[in-house]
Amino acid sequence: MQKRSIIPIVYIVFLMLPIYWLVAMSFKTTNEILAGFSLFPQTFTVEAYVTIFTDPSWYWGYINSILYVSLNTIISVCVALPAAYAFSRYRFLGDKQLFFWLLTNRMAPAAVFALPFFQLYSAVGLFDTHLAVALAHCLFNIPLAVWILEGFMGGVPKELDETAYVDGYSFPHFFVKIFLPTIKAGVGVTAFFCFMFSWVELLLAKTLTAVAAKPIAATMTKTASSAGYELGLLAAAGTLTIVPGAIVIYFVRNYIAKGFAMGRV
Amino acid sequence: MKTENQKAWFFVLPVLLLVAFNAIIPMMTVVNYSVQETFGDNLFFWEGLTWFEQILRSERFHNALGRQFLFTFLILIIEVPLGIAIALAMPRKGFWVPVCLVLMSLPMLIPWNVVGAMWNIFALPDIGLLGYTLNHVLGINYDMTQDPVAAWVTIITMDVWHWTSLVVLLSYAGLVSIPEAYYQAAKIDGASNWSVFRFIQLPKMKNVLTIAILLRFMDSFNIYTEPFVLTGGGPGNSTTLLSIDLVKIALGQFDLGPAAAMSLIYFAITLLVSWLFYTLMNREDLNTEGER
Repeated sequence: MQKRSIIPIVYIVFLMLPIYWLVAMSFKTTNEILAGFSLFPQTFTVEAYVTIFTDPSWYWGYINSILYVSLNTIISVCVALPAAYAFSRYRFLGDKQLFFWLLTNRMAPAAVFALPFFQLYSAVGLFDTHLAVALAHCLFNIPLAVWILEGFMGGVPKELDETAYVDGYSFPHFFVKIFLPTIKAGVGVTAFFCFMFSWVELLLAKTLTAVAAKPIAATMTKTASSAGYELGLLAAAGTLTIVPGAIVIYFVRNYIAKGFAMGRV
Repeated sequence: MKTENQKAWFFVLPVLLLVAFNAIIPMMTVVNYSVQETFGDNLFFWEGLTWFEQILRSERFHNALGRQFLFTFLILIIEVPLGIAIALAMPRKGFWVPVCLVLMSLPMLIPWNVVGAMWNIFALPDIGLLGYTLNHVLGINYDMTQDPVAAWVTIITMDVWHWTSLVVLLSYAGLVSIPEAYYQAAKIDGASNWSVFRFIQLPKMKNVLTIAILLRFMDSFNIYTEPFVLTGGGPGNSTTLLSIDLVKIALGQFDLGPAAAMSLIYFAITLLVSWLFYTLMNREDLNTEGER
């Protein structure tokens, strides 16, 4: 039993090494980084973090990212809920085809869509707004949300719906008062996944913004100046992008495994 | 059993409209470009299937496609068995379970360009932890900006680091759903570890593993940001995967026609392979329902 736990420990150490390196580097001065190899920061400095938190062009990158990610999460979950209910409870004309078509959008390489997205959102006047990125990320988040929610709803016995109708509940009343609380773990997990995939996606976010809604990813390219990379600043900015993910994952820690299995276990 | 109800379409309508707006209009733009030649100023000339022919015959496309398949193949062959092995070795209950799961999920929550930048810093020959250890402690000559093999090893390692946890979590979810009674029965029968794995654990993990393989296929086949930030497709063209090549043609050279044709071919390949997986998955579902 004890011998077996070596494998996960070694794996977790392997996962933490690059993250440690990023964090360690964020506390080093640029001179120290370029001077040579050191396992720990010799002259500990928080200069890079101070720069990020005091310079609006830096911290607005984070605010912009969080704004469009939250917006996307809300939109995705709200429209996916009724759709997932329909897929899990009813048979209707073209349901299987529609479900597969939704999933195909998860497969489209973002690189394919970058340029047409730019033109589409410029044409409708949404270019460089948070809404544009939030809507664009719906392309892959809504199918994912429908998929996960459908999995969780499939686990709820249909008798629950029928009993509620017999008891005289109207559909909206039943859905909000009885059904939603039963699948709240599923809703939480879905929101987490939408947040996660919108947070990590940057190609579309970068394509659809210029100044006003510029994501942190685009801001990070600033560190590549003519004088070479400011590695310390880059590392600090990178470290800070890990924080929101670490916070949201804490809330769903007991449902992660089931969530990654799309509720299908 | 599900009931037949055509009104369910109203529930699906908002999803349909939103996704269609994002999927169909851009896709039509791509189709438009793929059959025309443009010299800017909104001047377009009909080209028919010229671009498709040109792309399908070009050696550059064949090479990028070959590298892409090699990459995806290596990813699947490494990450899937490794993920299963780690999931099997994980504790099933107790304090350490959520700790393990949270730590393992962490790489997946890091923005993709940060993953690339992080591994770039990690692998720098003289000042990165990995590069320094390999070059100066183990004495292996390692520089991924010069050596294609080193670049490939780094990209593969990065992806294993980034995504193996997905396979772990999915397999783990399958494993914990196995009732304890199954193991006790196996113990009474004197089953070996291997037969427990082969006849109890593997069948129970089949569904989640199909999802894992499907997701890993789709995402590794479409991978762009991480290798682009890490190696930029170099040295030379050695790590120019399909999507990197596509962006080079579309935005680097602004050859919109060929790039659009290439996008459609690319999408068609992804769709075809994923459809095969999807039908396989559904057939498995039918089989298991039949057994019940």
